[in-house]
Amino acid sequence: MKLKSLLVACAIAALSAGAAQAQVSVKIGVLNDRSGLYADISGEGSVIAARMAAEDFKAKEKGINVEIVSADHQNKPDVGSNIARQWYDNEGVDVIMDVPTSSVALAVNQITKDKNKIFINSGAASSDLTGPQCTPNTVHWTYDTVMLANGTGGAMVKAGGDTWFFLTADYAFGHALERDTTAVVVKNGGKVLGSVKTPFPGQDFSSFLLQAQASKAKVIGLANAGGDTINSIKQAGEFGITQAGQKLAGLLVFSSDVKALGLQTAQGLVLTESFYWDLNDQTREFSKRFAARNNGKMPTMVQAGVYAGLLHYLKAVEATKSKDTATIMAKMKEMPTDDPLFGKGTIRVDGRKMHDAYLFEVKKPSESKGEWDLYKLISTIPAEQAFRPLDQGNCPLVKKS
Amino acid sequence: MTTILGVPTAALFGQLLLGLINGSFYAILSLGLAVIFGLLNIINFTHGAQYMMGAFVAWMLLNWAGLGYWWALLIAPIAVGITGVILERNLISQLASNDKIRSLLFVISAILTFLLCYVGIGWSEGTSLAAALLVGAVFGAVWAHVARERISTAEGHVDHLYGLLLTFGLALIIQGLFRNAYGSSGLPYQIPRELTGGQNFGFMFMPNYRGWVVVASLVVCLATWFVIEKTRLGAYLRAATENPTLTQAFGINVPRLVTITYGFGVGLAALAGVLAAPIYSVNPNMGADLIIVVFAVVVIGGMGSILGSIVTGFGLGLIEGLTKVFYPEASSTVIFIIMAIVLLIKPAGLFGRAA
Repeated sequence: MKLKSLLVACAIAALSAGAAQAQVSVKIGVLNDRSGLYADISGEGSVIAARMAAEDFKAKEKGINVEIVSADHQNKPDVGSNIARQWYDNEGVDVIMDVPTSSVALAVNQITKDKNKIFINSGAASSDLTGPQCTPNTVHWTYDTVMLANGTGGAMVKAGGDTWFFLTADYAFGHALERDTTAVVVKNGGKVLGSVKTPFPGQDFSSFLLQAQASKAKVIGLANAGGDTINSIKQAGEFGITQAGQKLAGLLVFSSDVKALGLQTAQGLVLTESFYWDLNDQTREFSKRFAARNNGKMPTMVQAGVYAGLLHYLKAVEATKSKDTATIMAKMKEMPTDDPLFGKGTIRVDGRKMHDAYLFEVKKPSESKGEWDLYKLISTIPAEQAFRPLDQGNCPLVKKS
Repeated sequence: MTTILGVPTAALFGQLLLGLINGSFYAILSLGLAVIFGLLNIINFTHGAQYMMGAFVAWMLLNWAGLGYWWALLIAPIAVGITGVILERNLISQLASNDKIRSLLFVISAILTFLLCYVGIGWSEGTSLAAALLVGAVFGAVWAHVARERISTAEGHVDHLYGLLLTFGLALIIQGLFRNAYGSSGLPYQIPRELTGGQNFGFMFMPNYRGWVVVASLVVCLATWFVIEKTRLGAYLRAATENPTLTQAFGINVPRLVTITYGFGVGLAALAGVLAAPIYSVNPNMGADLIIVVFAVVVIGGMGSILGSIVTGFGLGLIEGLTKVFYPEASSTVIFIIMAIVLLIKPAGLFGRAA
């Protein structure tokens, strides 16, 4: 199947190469986890999303030649940095996209600034990308730890969960998520009783869950992602922690994680995302086309963010007929964003993409009407409330202006 | 409440019990590795992948054939054990052979069958892989029969490095295939109905399933130890390890013994996979994450020592459990620190015989 479509794509590319004279050539590098625990969240799906963006934009007809390359950063900052340098220095990559795993994203963020290229991040969570570490070259598209904290954290505290204990993945992302959620909990009058840093990636979380149980906190905040979250939730159910009345707050849960847990285990979980395939007609239309190319798997919000981010970049290239970094970045921030997946939005001066976030609850098995019918919408959080106010992020770019 | 170093004793008991549970996985897995290393002198890097396959076979049995957990406990080790036997016959044991055509024939026919089934007919990766192994095995066996006059397995053992590289490569291939087919986030597998719920011990809530894991693994480990150390079959095995040529001269079919042992070791890995399926996520990386720790366990226990692997498996589970209480950040490294210390003081491992 894949091989066939690849051959067809090559043939079409070869045929059409002569037809339209490309005026601008851009090279997009999709850098993410293609083999580890975040491969389903980003991985090949993000590459498919990027290809679909170039096709849907009809880049070729508009005189923009888009080339997409991809690589596996294995969730290691050193591996990711090497690939980024190689791409920028030797292979003429103009834009790096996706990059889940905050530690890798922060490294690529710095390299992109040094090389004066463009970094459109979709996969990483750390709000530092638009905070102290912000650069004029980075756009942080899909979500961040502040949005997750405001969404899930805020909702849990308002529902009476005013004492917290954190299980925190021991790297940049987990630390940022714990910090930002703590801020939200405290602001809403709650208290954090303790936290434990768990080695990343982990298999067995039962010891840490028992420590959380012993703390008697009303809410156990899971400041982790992917396989770590799946194992934590599964084992919390097994040890009777949720049945005994303590609530789990999955601070970063993707639809692919819910799928892996099964509704039986995941039901009732409250989570925050900025995209879900079943939100409206436009997201459904995109997601069905996407799933057809991705082994039937619906897109995650990270993959949706890659699509939308590339679309916006291509619009800026079309408008400016240039690929000069400063020109494009100025255009991307000046021009409002509008795409079928995230709707209308803007990109702030600190690089934060502004759009609404959604608070979902995982359906009971009896409520689910299909394999991918996972969430029901509880509330929509307006962009201004979901993300950190511009003046509170300590971003140097903001102070200057 | 009494405390030890600021941790309530009740909580400490709970953590020790959890350590024991994790230890039972280490014990079963390192036991399989020790058996294979002891007899075949092969460092089986495919072990993690075979553990993962065990969990996946359990999932397939449930979702495709409607067979539940208890059937999976029986069938998965056998099914994965058979794939292990095929790999051992056609690739691993051929490292020592003067005839490389069998391996070549096996690899080529397996790849062609896989492509035919997967790309041509459009079967799933799992089914195609099974078909490829079977067809490869048939070709290999036919060749072995045709050319039996010319083939001789060299005496003694080949360098560890070849077996290590071969099994490591196989592990990467198997993991890649499963990842391609099932993604990396894993598949759901529920705890069997008979074992849901748990006991409240006062100091902790003990899920029934975890209790079952400890009991099952203890029984399997002790039974294996008994068979190898106390029975006639075990005596043959140990003799074949000690001196294969002489044992063969007594009329014992050493190559067959070796194959069966490998299949058994692999079956143990698959059994651990089935035991793990309901509590860890069933995903293609589950073995890769665990195998390094298990190797450390084997090295600490002494390569090839049966009793050593069982005792260190449980023991290190306990130590890791304690580390998770006092300094959680170090819980993934503590085993390797112990390994370094043991290697410095007793290079053959705690229970190993000096070479």
